[in-house]
Amino acid sequence: MMTENIHTNTTNEPSTIDPVIVIKDLKKGFGDRVVLNGFSIELRRGESLVVLGKSGSGKSVLIKCIIGLMLPDSGTIEVLGKNIESLDHKHMDELRSHIGFLFQSNALYDSMTIRENLQFPMRRHLGRLTRQEVNSRIMETLTNVGLANTVDMLPSELSGGMQKRVALARALILNPQIILYDEPTTGLDPITAREISKLITDIQHKYSTSSIIISHDMNCVKQTADRVALLLNGVCYAIGTYNELLHSDDENIKQFFE
Amino acid sequence: MKLFAPIRSFLSETGSVARFVSRYFQEIFQPRYEVRQFIRQCFTIGYKSLPLIGITGFIMGLVLTMQLRPTLLSYGVVSKLPVMVSLAIVREIGPVISALIFAGKISSSMGAELGSMKVTEQIDAMEVSGTNPFKYLVVTRVLAATLMLPVLTVLSDAIGLYGSYLGVNIKDHTSLGLFFFEVFNTLHFGDVLPATIKTFFFGFAIGIIGCYKGYNSSKGTEGVGRAANSAVVISSVVVFIIDLLAVQITDVLGLN
Repeated sequence: MMTENIHTNTTNEPSTIDPVIVIKDLKKGFGDRVVLNGFSIELRRGESLVVLGKSGSGKSVLIKCIIGLMLPDSGTIEVLGKNIESLDHKHMDELRSHIGFLFQSNALYDSMTIRENLQFPMRRHLGRLTRQEVNSRIMETLTNVGLANTVDMLPSELSGGMQKRVALARALILNPQIILYDEPTTGLDPITAREISKLITDIQHKYSTSSIIISHDMNCVKQTADRVALLLNGVCYAIGTYNELLHSDDENIKQFFE
Repeated sequence: MKLFAPIRSFLSETGSVARFVSRYFQEIFQPRYEVRQFIRQCFTIGYKSLPLIGITGFIMGLVLTMQLRPTLLSYGVVSKLPVMVSLAIVREIGPVISALIFAGKISSSMGAELGSMKVTEQIDAMEVSGTNPFKYLVVTRVLAATLMLPVLTVLSDAIGLYGSYLGVNIKDHTSLGLFFFEVFNTLHFGDVLPATIKTFFFGFAIGIIGCYKGYNSSKGTEGVGRAANSAVVISSVVVFIIDLLAVQITDVLGLN
């Protein structure tokens, strides 16, 4: 018996709740390999939506399409009411200043100190701030991720968990409305992974952000998700709360929770 | 058809390089200009390469002088040593050796640095941060390489000539003033200008190949190593090809 509240094989359902990201019928392939085959989803304001899927199922491709690092083959992506395909470079950069992105590999600039890493997005979008204001914003953000004492260190001097926190601080530095997390706990030990998951939920409340979290770490999913979307065979196969999916009888859903 | 695969691959790579070069020329004139990053690259590429290129130039000048001396002595024209060496250094050896050393040091480091940034998603992170990574990373590096190599070559030539002066003084005796009087009496506009102009092309080729290989590297750390390696090999070969074309052009213009 399928749980009533789970929606499987979602189509383009209109939402009554203020959505910040609306994806409709997204298709993306590489050569003959189709990765996303009509994926549709909505991210509501203030919610934390986890996209769950197997490795290679197209989860990272999905958020790279949302941020404009990859172009979809077809379908529409609306972020904060703007269709990203219709935006030129200038407006895309403007839109990106409202989106934080946490890369799977952290993507910290290894030739720059932590301070310079955090300054980098600010020099484009907050160019009018004084040096003092910039420094105070950096210290405030680093304090929020618990790493105020690392400001003049290089990324290579930090542990994996600390690098993840710094990468999160960089994603937060512009006070974004939306944060996209690409496998935030991959490669971390279970304790650090739990700390990062807790940090994600703390950040969610403190900064009032809406988040899409790409993950296949079930502990992270359980800890962070308001809703979980299951990406299977290129489509959004099911969507619901963690508990709704956990108690589903559908074999395709059950395999993720066993 | 496996037979045509290498040809197709070569043509595809050539087309890809042409697009990369065309993008460079489009982006270089469009604001916003990354002036601070350009100055930093000039310091890294130019100033930090000076000791290596200076030492190489000095040794080349000294060795060339010592090896030419017996031959000139046998013809009784050992006094023409400054003439021979200065022409060889300024017209050919200075620019080409400097370019090859520059290719080894700079092209490989560009290939490895950009390649590693690519595979660790740092280039994507830059784009997400509202910075045009092509302009920030590629345009600044290629421009710095194009402008710094001629400066380094002129300095290397000067150091090489000083090495030659010391080489002359091992067996004979001449003053620094007399040696450089002979050198400047020999060199003409047509010797210095084409040799300097071609170093701009050497610098551009080395920069663009290093950046292209790094910016388009893939397949993890193996791809980074391959990018660094192929950047050096290809840019060294391209330096010789440009040198070959330059000598034909100067010949046609009557500057040889």
